[in-house]
Amino acid sequence: MKKYKWGIALFSTVFILSACAAGDEAADTGFGEASAGEDELSDSEENSEEVVVDEDSIPVGLLHSLSGTMAISETSVRDAVMLAIDEINEDGGVLGKEIVPIVEDGASDEPVFSERASKLLQQDDVTAIFGTWTSASRQAVKPVVEEHNGLLFYPVQYEGMESSPNIFYNGAAPNQQIVPAVEWLFDNVGDSFFLLGSDYVFPRTANQIIQAQLDDLGGEVVREEYTPMGHTDYNTIISHIRDTDPDVIFNTLNGDSNVAFFNQLADAGITSDDVTVLSVSVAEEEIRGIGAEVLEGHLASWNYYQTTDTPENETFVSNFKEAYGENRVTGDPIEAAYFMVYLWAQAVEEAGSTETDAVREAAAGITFDAPNGPVEIDGDNQHVYKTVRIGEVQSDGQFEEVWNSGEPVKPDPFLENYDWAEAIQ
Amino acid sequence: MSYLYSKKTLVILGFVILLIMPFVLAPFNLNLLGRFLAYAILALGIGVLWGYAGILSLGHGIFFGFGAYAMAMYLTLQSGGIPDFMGWNGITELPWFWAIFSNPIVAIVLAIAVPMLFAGILGFFTFRNRITGVYFTILTQALVIVVTTLIISQQQYTGGTNGITGFDTIFGYSLNSVATQQMIYWTTVVFLGLVFLICYKLVNSRFGKVLIAIRDGENRTRFLGYNTSIYQVIVYSFSAGVAGLAGMLFVLQVGIITPSMMGIVPSIEMVLWVAIGGRGTLIGPVIGALLTNGASTWFSQTYPDAWLFFIGLVFVLVVVFMPKGIMGIISTIQARRRAKKYGKGRKEEAKLYNSSSI
Repeated sequence: MKKYKWGIALFSTVFILSACAAGDEAADTGFGEASAGEDELSDSEENSEEVVVDEDSIPVGLLHSLSGTMAISETSVRDAVMLAIDEINEDGGVLGKEIVPIVEDGASDEPVFSERASKLLQQDDVTAIFGTWTSASRQAVKPVVEEHNGLLFYPVQYEGMESSPNIFYNGAAPNQQIVPAVEWLFDNVGDSFFLLGSDYVFPRTANQIIQAQLDDLGGEVVREEYTPMGHTDYNTIISHIRDTDPDVIFNTLNGDSNVAFFNQLADAGITSDDVTVLSVSVAEEEIRGIGAEVLEGHLASWNYYQTTDTPENETFVSNFKEAYGENRVTGDPIEAAYFMVYLWAQAVEEAGSTETDAVREAAAGITFDAPNGPVEIDGDNQHVYKTVRIGEVQSDGQFEEVWNSGEPVKPDPFLENYDWAEAIQ
Repeated sequence: MSYLYSKKTLVILGFVILLIMPFVLAPFNLNLLGRFLAYAILALGIGVLWGYAGILSLGHGIFFGFGAYAMAMYLTLQSGGIPDFMGWNGITELPWFWAIFSNPIVAIVLAIAVPMLFAGILGFFTFRNRITGVYFTILTQALVIVVTTLIISQQQYTGGTNGITGFDTIFGYSLNSVATQQMIYWTTVVFLGLVFLICYKLVNSRFGKVLIAIRDGENRTRFLGYNTSIYQVIVYSFSAGVAGLAGMLFVLQVGIITPSMMGIVPSIEMVLWVAIGGRGTLIGPVIGALLTNGASTWFSQTYPDAWLFFIGLVFVLVVVFMPKGIMGIISTIQARRRAKKYGKGRKEEAKLYNSSSI
């Protein structure tokens, strides 16, 4: 019996913490139904207390996974958004008002993303949400921002084939990352491609695009392989690589799998001299996890590197390190998350209000000198003009740029300007 | 009056409170409560299967997911045309196994019937061959991996990891309007009530007694002349059907279904709700689902950076100190009260009395 007494004591302590008085009551009466209801009521009070939003401030939502598998990538992006907000506030805010960030955790879980998005739009009355990383989470938020006519600013490169009037896409569309990379590899490295990706929508779609493009160029896909998310045994795949002897491995693996793949590739004695791996999901942050020594000489395609040589980038990198620590690195999605706040702020200034339709109208054609170079919002598809850069990993874990597109490339999410892409559109 | 009577009144009172919630809560909170109630329906099905028949399935995500996908397919087709992910995956004509879901009645029937049939067939082969206990549990986990991998790899037909989303209307009404959401909420409450009633009748019937007998001593029950595998197949299939129903109601309120929502982790979470609420009861799973999800939401909104630690702590404490869940605590308290009232001698008897039925 003593055991139970302890149990009850601990249980009630924890639940007093958690569900206020409601949880306690539930334990006494068996009324979970009522208590859950009260839980929700106390939510709204709680949040309105926490964040003071008055006439002189503009609330915005920050919706990223701060827990779960995506947290490692998304927390850095959240940091970049916070940095931009702080900088803008220091400069006097937007429309003379202070920007107040309301942070929510998407928990790497799509229903949570959609739930928190509607909380931000309905309860906190934000008009703009900065957030999401995976396509699945963006698509979970999309119907919510469309229904409540809010705005989502999305910071990550993705598979394209989408254009919502309520989303601004600040990462690369396929024609700003994948298509130029394939073209460059075909011209400079070789014509036989091995396609390797994690099993989710982005790699599968990217590989469809690459297949169609190579058919048109006269190149060849020697093999296409997918492994489940989090997969860590690449020995079979590496023996396929040996057998097919490709010129290029086009790598769309995500997360942990990259660590396993590159290390096992190096263990197998295959270096960048034998075969070039070009990755589209490996940035500075990921290099720290994988190890620069096994990545050295391999390539990546992005719009921005920490080493990108612009005066804006110098300031950005030093501010970022100052705010979050000398050992932190920036990277493409981090940079996109940073400049998209500025794009939003400019659009709001231009529109003279935070109202969605006005901001959307004002946003078309807005330009900003981002750390990666000048960017501009394309009014038709709400993507961003960006410069494409191919970089080579150096021994210090940074990239050295080997090619860039020279000027910002017009975003083309549906690949409408490419004849070979007809079957994919 | 008897204690059982008062427990019944409490349940009825609970449902009445749930029914009037739309007049109390803001639309956003109502929607949250609605989706928790869909989880509660699912938990009821698992509660009967695990708590009464002793079958631990860690694969109910796929039945829940099938119901959700069936409803999602119907909702997508209602918006007209073929889904956009098919377009850019090179599919130009709607495949037949999508086309049949354009009829709402077919979609709803299949959402429940297919999980039942699938579970029935699977159960038939496993239980007849006396694959039970931990082997069955492992099998259900493997099944989850198979199904989610299949859905992800067949991106052109399923939407892959992005799942299916972007619904506008249901039966011609705007899905996102407050009135429609209220109707869906009430539908969920009514179905929760119905499922609760069915489960109540089931576990208190002769059939239910046999289930408990199987849980407590399968071989003995078989030696008594019962064909235990038939009972197990039926209850497994029933529980799968309930999961399908819950999936349908869930997707109506959440507006998205992806393979990650039916994978290994969610499948284990579903069982946790039952464990927290209390095995071998019917109120337990409902409370467990509502309280766990309510607490997760509240924690994560209030402490976005640290909420998982709290939730983890609660889970550990519940498992270590409350092996019978919240309902177990309540029973213990009540047993103690009875013991005080009637003297020490009746304490054990009182506990026994409490362990029955609801």
